[in-house]
Amino acid sequence: MGTHLLVDFGSTYTKLTAVDLEKETLIGSARAMTTVKTDVIEGFNLALEKLKNAHEMMPEIVQISACSSAAGGLKMAAIGLVEELTAEAAKRACLGAGALVNHVFSHHLSKKEIKILKSADIDIILLAGGTDGGNNECIIHNAKRLKEADLGVPIIVAGNKDAADTIDELFQNTNLEYYIVDNVMPKLKKLNVDDAKHIIRKIFIDKIIEGKGIKKAEQKTGEIIMPTPEAVLVASELLAKGHEEIEGLGELMVIDIGGATTDVHTIGEGTPKRMEVILKGLQEPFAKRTVEGDLGMRYSANALVSLVSPFEFKQYYDTDHNGFNDNFKEHAQKLHDHVDYLPDTSEDEAFDEALARICTDYSVSRHVGSVEVVYTPLGNMYYQTGKDLTDVQYVIGTGGVLINHPDAKGILKEVEQKSNRKLELRPKHSQFLIDKEYIMAAMGLLAQKNPRLALKLLKRHLT
Amino acid sequence: MHTVIIGVIGADVHAVGNKIIEHVLKDYGFNVVNIGVLSSQEDFINAAIETDAEAMLVSSLYGHGEMDCKYMRENCEEAGLDNILLYVGGNIVVGKQNFKDVEQRFKKMGFDRVYPPGSDIEKACEDLLKDLSK
Ligand code: B12
Repeated sequence: MGTHLLVDFGSTYTKLTAVDLEKETLIGSARAMTTVKTDVIEGFNLALEKLKNAHEMMPEIVQISACSSAAGGLKMAAIGLVEELTAEAAKRACLGAGALVNHVFSHHLSKKEIKILKSADIDIILLAGGTDGGNNECIIHNAKRLKEADLGVPIIVAGNKDAADTIDELFQNTNLEYYIVDNVMPKLKKLNVDDAKHIIRKIFIDKIIEGKGIKKAEQKTGEIIMPTPEAVLVASELLAKGHEEIEGLGELMVIDIGGATTDVHTIGEGTPKRMEVILKGLQEPFAKRTVEGDLGMRYSANALVSLVSPFEFKQYYDTDHNGFNDNFKEHAQKLHDHVDYLPDTSEDEAFDEALARICTDYSVSRHVGSVEVVYTPLGNMYYQTGKDLTDVQYVIGTGGVLINHPDAKGILKEVEQKSNRKLELRPKHSQFLIDKEYIMAAMGLLAQKNPRLALKLLKRHLT
Repeated sequence: MHTVIIGVIGADVHAVGNKIIEHVLKDYGFNVVNIGVLSSQEDFINAAIETDAEAMLVSSLYGHGEMDCKYMRENCEEAGLDNILLYVGGNIVVGKQNFKDVEQRFKKMGFDRVYPPGSDIEKACEDLLKDLSK
């Protein structure tokens, strides 16, 4: 039957994972520096050589699937009408498709905002606004502005369907590349992101990776089928839901701490667990991903420490080491400037651990829903916004620092309820698993062809 | 089709009337967007912007209506909803007060129509059709 090779062209490393299709086992993995500047295939070949040397008996490679987050990953801008409604829905569509969303605009685009878009490094724009039959004036205004600006990036129009024909006429016979798809919020608070996500992935495969110099790899690897974060989300969903008679793990959360960002994925409805709680706000996605661009171990170390006071920092720092009482910002700067730095003293290790704890705590705080109390003479009533994740069964840690840390589960405990933030709906009593073999993204890829095997391997190797 | 936002304002959880209002308005052929109980002014306004609504029917049952509705007209104008119709009804003030006075106060706050406790929704629907055809 042979080997299925899973490839992740990451921003730093090109990572290969080999799966034996007959024995249904993980053969092993290997990595080499990603070489987008010269030719991506170089890095791939080097990693493949390493893999073959380490596993001489590896069966013949019969299939290859690849994902990519190289050259900055997929960067998008989201535009909507009301910040909490269509702008948020547009943002969620981008995040669910594995994109990084550094620019979100609401209401009428101003000249200043167009200027920001012009100078920003963006791969795709998602334009929303209005429910179906609702406001169409704003999205048409924004479409006109985007047409004038001629940013040279594809525009996905996913707003009020009543505006679709007008925008189509506006964009026709120009050199704009555009796609008109289903509204991301067809009815008030109703989220509908599948169509938009689908087209984002298609543009990514057809165009974006070409511009980033990764397309060349396809001669060797076959089609690069999705952005890496989406692969992680796909694997998470499979693991939660199960496949045919193989049971899934139920509601779960995945924390992925990287050098630049921390991603949180949760799979589950997240609806109120109690009668007296009323759900407010935009509908939450069943498979939800959030990305924090200011929480990361290296590129974002600076931004991260600027979020906390020295006093707060100490709460996360192991008190056996007191090397960083006041100069922790300097150390963060050093990490920012030397992104491949590996800690070599116990102080440095403790520092990294503190950063990882902050990444975990803050990213979860921003991901989970919260409640507010309404007092009535008959007792309290609550509003909930966002997802209730108190009953999440499993929290899975992935990304370099968690995979390599001896007490990764100790770091993951930061996801749990905080005495000073009782209204956040964080997991209360979950079990922790670590992606020791670093296979989440690879299994998301494998799941496209062979979900049964991907699920089996996930269940076996997350421990 | 006219789009109308309905909901119960403030920290008010009385849910029954809200559902009835939705039914009746739908029977009259309105496109009803129901934001439900525990809705803030901001919730009403955001909903009206996205859906391009022409009117808001605000319910308040628990007595704090006057407080919750304060500056609603100003906030609508601030958000660009210049000509939206604002109706309010339910038990909008505490206890039994002279309705003429209550009506005056809410009209001064910028509400187009103010309904006393126990008003039937059909009357409000007729008013709405009339006001919208102006
Ligand atoms: C059931 C009820 C509750 C239930 C609500 C359950 C639920 N989730 O719906 C519970 C027990 C939770 C409750 C709590 C409270 N309640 Co209560 N409740 C009632 C009760 C008995 C019935 C309400 C009802 O469902 N009526 C049936 C529906 C169909 O009628 P409706 O709500 O009035 O709505 C109709 C009309 O008002 C009108 N209408 C409504 N809005 C609008 C808007 C427009 C534009 C128009 C045109 C018409 C319109 O059309 C609707 C449909 O026909 C009333 C008394 C009564 N008989 O009305 C008290 C009543 C509303 N409650 C009252 C009070 C004070 C409270 C509490 C503050 C304390 C308490 N005494 O328990 C809390 C507040 C909780 C909170 N934060 O909201 C008072 C309000 C007094 C006031 N405004 O001065 C009332 C009037 C009782 C009383 N006489 O004292 N309550």
